[in-house]
Amino acid sequence: MKIAGFLLLIAGWAIVVAAVALLPSSGARFGFVFAGVAVELFGLTLAVRAHLVLPAEGE
Amino acid sequence: MTPVAAPPVLPLSEISAVFCLLLILLVPFTGTGLALVNTGLGGARSAAHSILAALCVMAVAALVYVIVGYAWQGAPGHPDHALVVAGKAWGWIAAEPFFLRGRRLDLSPSALTILLQMFSVGLAGLIPLSSGADRWRLGAICASTALLAGFTYPLFAHWVWGGGWLAELGVNCGLGRGFIDGGGSSAIQVVGGLTALSITWILGPRRGKFSAEGMPAALPGHNAVLVFLGCTLAWIGWIALNSAGAILFLSAETGRVVLIAVNTTLCAAASTLGAAVVTRIRFGRPDASLSANGWIAGLVASSAAAAFLKPAAAIFVGGVAGILVVTSADFLEFQLAIDDPGGAVSVHAVAGLWGILAVALLADTGPGRQWIAQLAGVATLLGFVLPLTYGLNWLLDRIYRQRVDREGELQGMDLFELGSGAYPEFDIRGDEFLQR
Repeated sequence: MKIAGFLLLIAGWAIVVAAVALLPSSGARFGFVFAGVAVELFGLTLAVRAHLVLPAEGE
Repeated sequence: MTPVAAPPVLPLSEISAVFCLLLILLVPFTGTGLALVNTGLGGARSAAHSILAALCVMAVAALVYVIVGYAWQGAPGHPDHALVVAGKAWGWIAAEPFFLRGRRLDLSPSALTILLQMFSVGLAGLIPLSSGADRWRLGAICASTALLAGFTYPLFAHWVWGGGWLAELGVNCGLGRGFIDGGGSSAIQVVGGLTALSITWILGPRRGKFSAEGMPAALPGHNAVLVFLGCTLAWIGWIALNSAGAILFLSAETGRVVLIAVNTTLCAAASTLGAAVVTRIRFGRPDASLSANGWIAGLVASSAAAAFLKPAAAIFVGGVAGILVVTSADFLEFQLAIDDPGGAVSVHAVAGLWGILAVALLADTGPGRQWIAQLAGVATLLGFVLPLTYGLNWLLDRIYRQRVDREGELQGMDLFELGSGAYPEFDIRGDEFLQR
């Protein structure tokens, strides 16, 4: 889950960069940038869940 | 991929350059302030370790930055390596020599930038110290700082301040003025804050922080006076940092320093009061350490936009930062089981991200699609910098374990790693919070 989370973070960033570099239309660009950030937030959620400390580990 | 020369920055008059130099020489107060805040919020048995670690971080960061870091960061108008996409050059890393060879260190903007960045990279390195307090080994701190100062920071700083692709989004893609960050909300604060998050994940929580049921225990800082002294020193340094950054990176005229100082102070003031009010509502009385964190969070949030905000907008930015820092610290500890003793993730990463977005929301930056440029910066921090800094620190942990042994945590970092404590007159080995 940790690796999947980080891969989604990178994938979301790639979507944002591609949208900014390649899309000429302002509306489409804005939509894809938001989509990329949404993918990143999903990846961040997975990365956070993978690092949740079990009570026994916290001791 | 070819080395290309970006357009040069405007030269400063001699008076402006001397004024800028004086501002830059005040920036180390920020580091002193952060070091005192980190130490005050940590345990008494790790106070000497915390201060020594802060000095080591500043030393390692300055050395590594001069040896290799600046070579990757560069400055606008200096050659860099660029990828050509859709006919546009996207600068991704500078092509400068190591050891500042060939650089004239005079009153030119690029020389002043080198001096400011030597201090700034140390500030970014100080931020994770707070989240690794009471359990992060000194050798690992130095090695982790070297990775930050030698690669992570310079690479992102090139994109924002060195004529890289984020700075050029306005020219290349018509996105407002490109990604804007005058004082380092992103390159210093969020980069440091995301490194702090990586360190908390890699080190794990302090012994005794979470009960068997998963409930966090309160492990309060040992010296509120140090924390408040640190906040005051950081304030002075922050005004200088925001002002010097605006002059060097946004080509702001020197007269704008007054507006920047007013906005920086208003942000910090509103943020402190916001944090105090939220803690009063949440806990029944204001919380001193969270309110102090609110002060720093306000300074952090001010950095990106202080040169562009109207005073009323600065108060709004600060107020939101104060609310964010308390709710975020609460959420990270209670919901996500992240043990961040000094609140570095909330103060520097969360408030810094808010500061970046506040530029698009509130700043008077002229016409253009500034929102997309700022969002691209946020996406780069989350999608590139976080995986990079986590990966580098994870690799370091495989080679050289970053967390201190169990014995070290029980003894305290001062005695275990340094052989003596910060307060030798007092017996502070007993700790009612620690479960043996």
